[in-house]
Amino acid sequence: MIQISPHAEAALTCTLDERSLYLRRLVLGSVRSAGRGHVGPALSLIEMVRVLYDDVLRIDPQNPQDPNRDRAILSKGHGCLALYALLADRGFFPLSELDGFCGSDSILGGHPEYGMVPGVEASTGALGHGLSIGVGLALAARMRERSYRTFVLLGDGEINEGSVWEAAMGAAKHGLDNLVAMIDYNKLQSYGPTDYVLPLEPLADKWRSFGFAVQEVNGHDVGALRTVLKQIPAVAGKPTAIICHTVKGKGLPAAESNADWHHKNKLSDSELDAIRVAVGDF
Amino acid sequence: MRNTAMNMVHKLAARDERVLYIGSDPGAGTLRAMSKEFPKRHLIEGISEAHIIGMSAGLAMEGFVPYVNTIATFLTRRCYEQVAVDLCLHNLPVRLIANGGGLVYAPLGPTHQAIEDIAIMRALPNMTVVCPCDADEAARMMEKTLDWTGPIYIRLGKGGDAIVSKAEHGFEIGKAILMRPPGDVLMVTTGIMLQRALAAADVLAAQGIRAGILHMHTVKPLDAEALLHAIRGVKLVATLEEHVPSGGLGSAVAETLIDKLGSGLPAMLRLSLPDRFMHNYGSQDSLLKKHGLSANAIATSIEHALAASRSSAPQLHST
Repeated sequence: MIQISPHAEAALTCTLDERSLYLRRLVLGSVRSAGRGHVGPALSLIEMVRVLYDDVLRIDPQNPQDPNRDRAILSKGHGCLALYALLADRGFFPLSELDGFCGSDSILGGHPEYGMVPGVEASTGALGHGLSIGVGLALAARMRERSYRTFVLLGDGEINEGSVWEAAMGAAKHGLDNLVAMIDYNKLQSYGPTDYVLPLEPLADKWRSFGFAVQEVNGHDVGALRTVLKQIPAVAGKPTAIICHTVKGKGLPAAESNADWHHKNKLSDSELDAIRVAVGDF
Repeated sequence: MRNTAMNMVHKLAARDERVLYIGSDPGAGTLRAMSKEFPKRHLIEGISEAHIIGMSAGLAMEGFVPYVNTIATFLTRRCYEQVAVDLCLHNLPVRLIANGGGLVYAPLGPTHQAIEDIAIMRALPNMTVVCPCDADEAARMMEKTLDWTGPIYIRLGKGGDAIVSKAEHGFEIGKAILMRPPGDVLMVTTGIMLQRALAAADVLAAQGIRAGILHMHTVKPLDAEALLHAIRGVKLVATLEEHVPSGGLGSAVAETLIDKLGSGLPAMLRLSLPDRFMHNYGSQDSLLKKHGLSANAIATSIEHALAASRSSAPQLHST
């Protein structure tokens, strides 16, 4: 019998503050403009990205190629609407770009591209690539004696990919305590529950057995995320895995834990009304 | 050829601190001297090619020039998406040193025979594909890889291949080498088919057929200028490759001629492996012979094609 984590229960019930609602308005505004987008995966991810970009990453939006910046890779590239909202809000590019999401001349595609979007460190979208790239970045920091840290955000469905576990072994082999894997554990992938598609439990034990120091947290609790992320590395000499218990579609009742909102095309008038009720006018 | 290429990685590493060797699970002692001299830049990362390619991309993003090395099939088939997305999409200077291109691993069967590697690597935007013919050329080629922009797929032969390349020809990525002046026929080769072409040219010469040889060590980018120059006045263009017929050197030459000439195309003969997996073992040499790629068989095929072209094909336009 698998026990439900208290962090998962907290993720379901916790409320969102005004900044989290504002970021959701940015995400959903992009979806409304484009008539499409991965809604559920972005809404589960927002607080993870928010805390990283607001409180943790040593970055300068005016100098996105600073060699000493912390690196962050959104390996679950389909969650890019959350990343775009943060990058725009932090000044990597104008907020007005969000309205062009997926447009023919936009810099913002349905998956983030390196070289197109300021602040995006690697092109992702095909799953299972980011952690290996992150291992390379973290190993390079070690070899170059640089102090930057590398954060990789992974989806729970994404870690079905064997390449993720190859990367995990590699990270542990090199003792990369400057590398952090953050797993957006919303327990719902495209088809349905992760437990049905390919069970991941015992997930914390898996990462632990692969040589990671493991933390678990309510992935919508901004304070808890800050606390965990400010204590990196969790264990010296080991890479860190932070299992962020989240809710797919968090903050939008119709979308929460609803696989039909994994990717959404046109938003109907009634759906737009429901969004306004949930996150405010946008 | 393989030992030479490996030793060149060590030599380049001594000269340039950006150079890394990354092996999956190579033979015991591979680059032992480098591992002693530069232990931090000699990385053995396990049988995890998908991860190794991604990790190499990350290292290249930070300014390193990783030379990734394993058996050709595992470096192409296993991790194709990583090669496409992590290396080619980001256009990173990672070098893929593929042991056993073609039928080198003939005794080990179809899982180890890289017979479509040129096609699938060539199809990727930003990828460069080079196939040296012998150890000397491999050494000259490796020198040129250090500062080349973007990823390179390096298809190595068995080792012990007869040395036929010449220092005076030099080596520039993307620049074909005219080994023999064209006559009635122009053979276009890549990799170790050059040796067979040279022998076939001697057989043809004994029959009064003058056959030139253009060694296309770089299949991508293909040297269209050298090709168009070399086909002037020839009656037949024959491509030779240790590869399936689709997507390799023959395809690349045909595509280039179509794109550049449009009409008045030369008669062409594409000599290759058949479009099937090999279910015979033996040796590289025996399998090549079985599939019509011995020097004598090449000469005979060319002789027949030349005769056929004389009776049916239009004369080539001068370019």
